[in-house]
Amino acid sequence: MIPINLIQATAETLMDKAAIEIPQDYLMGLEEAAKTEDGDLSSFVLKAMLKNYEAAKEDRRAMCGDTGVPRWFVKMGNDASVEGGMIALEAALRRATANATNGVPLRPNRVHPLWRTDHNNNVGIGAPEIEYGFEPSGDWIDLITVHKGGLFGSDYRMLFPSDGVQGIKRFYLDSLMAFGKRGLACQPAIIGIGLGGSKDICMTLGKRASTLRIVGSRNADPKIAEMEDEFKELGNSIGMGAMGFVGKNMVIDCNIEVGYCHTGGMPMSVHAFCLSSRRAVARIYPDGRVEHRTDPDWFTPYQCRETVDWDPMQEAVE
Amino acid sequence: MSGLREVVLSTTPTAEAIADLRLGDIVYLDGLMYTAREGVYMRALEGQANIPMELPSQSAANFHCSPAARINPDGTFDMGAVTATASFRFAKWLPEWMAKTGAKLIVGKGGMTSKDYKEYFVPNGAVYLSTVGYGTGALLGRGVEKVEAVHWNEELGLAQAMWVLKCRRMGPFIVASDFNGDCLFERENAKIAGNIERLYEGTKPATLKRYGESDDRSDEVI
Repeated sequence: MIPINLIQATAETLMDKAAIEIPQDYLMGLEEAAKTEDGDLSSFVLKAMLKNYEAAKEDRRAMCGDTGVPRWFVKMGNDASVEGGMIALEAALRRATANATNGVPLRPNRVHPLWRTDHNNNVGIGAPEIEYGFEPSGDWIDLITVHKGGLFGSDYRMLFPSDGVQGIKRFYLDSLMAFGKRGLACQPAIIGIGLGGSKDICMTLGKRASTLRIVGSRNADPKIAEMEDEFKELGNSIGMGAMGFVGKNMVIDCNIEVGYCHTGGMPMSVHAFCLSSRRAVARIYPDGRVEHRTDPDWFTPYQCRETVDWDPMQEAVE
Repeated sequence: MSGLREVVLSTTPTAEAIADLRLGDIVYLDGLMYTAREGVYMRALEGQANIPMELPSQSAANFHCSPAARINPDGTFDMGAVTATASFRFAKWLPEWMAKTGAKLIVGKGGMTSKDYKEYFVPNGAVYLSTVGYGTGALLGRGVEKVEAVHWNEELGLAQAMWVLKCRRMGPFIVASDFNGDCLFERENAKIAGNIERLYEGTKPATLKRYGESDDRSDEVI
């Protein structure tokens, strides 16, 4: 049984870390970009961002004034059980979100879409989102928080099989061009592409590709991994850098995730996880151990299974 | 890097100081700056509420921002990070706001179009300063010496309230419009536009079209 108090305390720590500490993989990606950048304005921007990460950590203040919209991804091993059950878990995550909003502080971004009601705590109808994933073995629970910015940089389009890879490339470039100008996407970003699924799942896949995979990771399908390399290079060949200034760093990495879709379609979504890529992860065990890490490790072989049944023997091989 | 000029500017700047700014200059601000975005604009302009500050004598700097901050039970404020929100959405209110408040520095994210600059920035003697990144929130937070006041928190909520910030060498910001009404971002767009044909070579237009879509990639979406 995993103690509920430990879940809430860990969740509050994660909220704090996500808002303040740039994940190491993104930091390394940006340092690499800063080395190669030769546009004078875009180079100035990247150096200012690197200083900003330091300032945030030193002062323990949020990296960015727009602290995004906090959400949770929960992954549980099949043998995990939570004290008080899943209702208690959701209450703990909502409490942690509210407490950290006041504590860090974060910006209370969440409002009612029509009445603009703001509880000043980032909690409301459907907020924070809590999404679940499961793994075949393990008695632990993974808490992942992502505070993604919300307004620009994401788009969706229903493509068709006849559009092919060249159609995919065009919509990818269109998204970067549209939201890269003036730096609306707050690039250089981790670009996530969702391919397939139904419309809503297509958006989910792309969002998860940008937020739940680290810089430098590659899709398990080698041909998709090749596309990721190619798309990263393509995005960086636009000639656009940070804030839409002339430069060569738009994409810190490009991650593609797929799901089976309707035979007639090829839905596609594009998402940009920004210069303040806020994510933090911890695994909690029933004995009270808490292990912090930055890799959500969401897209496991089990999550990406293609077969009717999951074969435990296959798991051992993976 | 070395080509960029650094300027320290007052938030109640003289016309000469503004005229001296060049596109791409790096600016640090001294003095009072207030946040105002759609909530404040609607309340002050459409709702005709009295603006709770002396403008522009106290401040001629309007920040398109909501801070990550809290108001403590004892009425004091804790300011964490501050960054801007995209300004183009506020074009609807800005001409009237400038006329009413004498704002000379509009500080935000992404700038406006050169059409906006020429139509009502230049006649009002105003320029646009962009935040950097976007997201040097911690650096900007360090530039806030103190929160002088928070107006209209009850009516508008923390994110939309009018925060009055005392700035000390707050920055960096980038000059994104000048006294001619020229636009830094449009200048950069034009430089990048030369790559578009090569970039799109071989890619295919989508089978299913969208209403009102432009295929001109040198266009903007704002």
